[in-house]
Amino acid sequence: MAYPTNYRYTREHEWISVEGKIGTIGITDYAQNSLGDIVYVDAPKVGDAVTANATFGSVESVKAVSDLFSPVTGTVTEVNEALKTEPDKINSAPHETWIIKVELANAAEYDSLLDAAAYEKFITEEQ
Amino acid sequence: MTTETKAPLAEVNRVIGKVRPHQTQNERLVFEKSAPGKKAYKLPPLDVPSVDPAALLGDAVRKEPAGLPELSEIEIIRHFTRLSTWNYAIDLGMYPLGSCTMKYNPRVNEFVSRIEGLAEAHPYRHDEYAQGILDVIDLLQKCLIEITGMDAITLQPAAGAHGEFTGILLVRAWHESQGNARKKIIIPDSAHGTNPATAAICGYQVENLKSNADGGIDLEALAAQVDEETAALMLTNPSTIGVFEEQIHKIADILHDKGALLYMDGANMNALVGKVRPGDFGVDVMHLNLHKTFSTPHGGGGPGSGPVACKRFLEPFLPTPVLYTREDGTKHWEYDRPQSVGRVRAFFGNTGMFIRALAYILANGPDGLRQTTEDAVLNANYIRKKLEDLYELPYKTPSMHEVVFSDKRQAAKGVKTGDIAKRLIDYGFHPYTVSFPLIVPGALMIEPTESESVEELDLFIDAMRSIAKEVEETPELVKSAPHSTRVSRLDEVTAARKPVLRWKPE
Repeated sequence: MAYPTNYRYTREHEWISVEGKIGTIGITDYAQNSLGDIVYVDAPKVGDAVTANATFGSVESVKAVSDLFSPVTGTVTEVNEALKTEPDKINSAPHETWIIKVELANAAEYDSLLDAAAYEKFITEEQ
Repeated sequence: MTTETKAPLAEVNRVIGKVRPHQTQNERLVFEKSAPGKKAYKLPPLDVPSVDPAALLGDAVRKEPAGLPELSEIEIIRHFTRLSTWNYAIDLGMYPLGSCTMKYNPRVNEFVSRIEGLAEAHPYRHDEYAQGILDVIDLLQKCLIEITGMDAITLQPAAGAHGEFTGILLVRAWHESQGNARKKIIIPDSAHGTNPATAAICGYQVENLKSNADGGIDLEALAAQVDEETAALMLTNPSTIGVFEEQIHKIADILHDKGALLYMDGANMNALVGKVRPGDFGVDVMHLNLHKTFSTPHGGGGPGSGPVACKRFLEPFLPTPVLYTREDGTKHWEYDRPQSVGRVRAFFGNTGMFIRALAYILANGPDGLRQTTEDAVLNANYIRKKLEDLYELPYKTPSMHEVVFSDKRQAAKGVKTGDIAKRLIDYGFHPYTVSFPLIVPGALMIEPTESESVEELDLFIDAMRSIAKEVEETPELVKSAPHSTRVSRLDEVTAARKPVLRWKPE
């Protein structure tokens, strides 16, 4: 699966796309593939603060529970409620299925993340 | 008859309810077997004045029957006996569940634990009339202190995670006594999931520490991460990939330099007993699993037992009561301990397990325990050598008591570790641990323990080699396993996404 070039990525396998001050965050195809069938997503609440490189929730698959790491610092503005009943959407369309939206506190953090090419190189090395 | 036996098992089970061996026979839920009016008890005539429950208890008295199943005694016996035959147990064969140390539970343990004076000892009996059981507890404490190289111990915690919780409570209490409880606990990414859960429950932030290329601790990364707000590092040694952390001294120094403590998860103690002592390599506090290392029953409710051993400076914080010996040699429980974290378990812990563990330790003796450790390590390395040409070995560092492969080669054929594990059931073995530790993608974690003979190990190796061949030739056979069980592959995803948690009357 192609990694959208207009997204940025973390080494913990989250993606983020930014429009204005709002960042949209999900997990990558590589992440969903490693996790297997996702059965539950534990996301923060609207208004919660998230910190770059710190956990903001977790995803549970049949195999394991894995932490979600925030690519940026900011405040949660929206949570994808559909994942409560359809967590498998992350498996079928990882790059279209967002988990939270965040108002960025520091736009510079976005620039320091991996671009698609660097992320693809990173996961090739990790395999 | 021939057509029926050829039909899929599920279909056969639908058609036939009684005329099959009980292992494959249907067994409905105990609620579904209920019929009104049946009972498995007969009360004698009332020989005391009857009372009106409603007058005594008012609204608390149940208006409707509780809806409990009604069965005769033999129906209950048969129900649970049949269910028990669907199970797999160490008494049926090898149970190579990595990280769990599913070793044989010696029959002598069971014999000793049933000695009347020990089995019937009442926890409310006065200390002076309980000297026998207190001697057992005292001797076990001394043995475990010697084995771990620590200074003090509590036997109260009910199992491993409870031991972790108790241990981190000690860490917190000690830091508080120094004026600052501190904020975070560092945990390697190879750790058992209970470690971060423990830290969080004890009010600490969890900081992840990435393993180095050998699957061990990266000293530079650790040194950079430890600061004055670090309460402790929780470390499993040997690690969950079965590798001994050779730099453990340096790890301890890095922590102690900043006033942080070293907690050791003793889950893998079966690789160390009689060889090295955590107390000698810088550990401040640790737990043991009597149901792993010390041969008490594991699984099926055990119950477990997770003693916590610590260095002298943590002793004042141990849970109450603490056993002490008076000048006259008698043993007593001491409750007046102002700095204690308090009680973590009713009475004195799972006492029946103490008797079994002590029987195991005394029956083996120091040399026997050392031999046990050597055999456990030998068995794991035997399996490693015999399978490493077919299964990928992600970390080449020498293995201790368990070996971790990955499904990399089999995954190329679309067969994952979980499929191989399910196929192993068809060969008569309990699966190994699947997909753990998380630092190995598609992990197969195999721990044979010292209990297995070379003959049983060879059977297991033959099974694993045969499955590897099937992956090459008939991968679908492995992907759809198990085939010989009462129920075939279960839909784990639906079970997790749409769980049915209780039976309801129709």
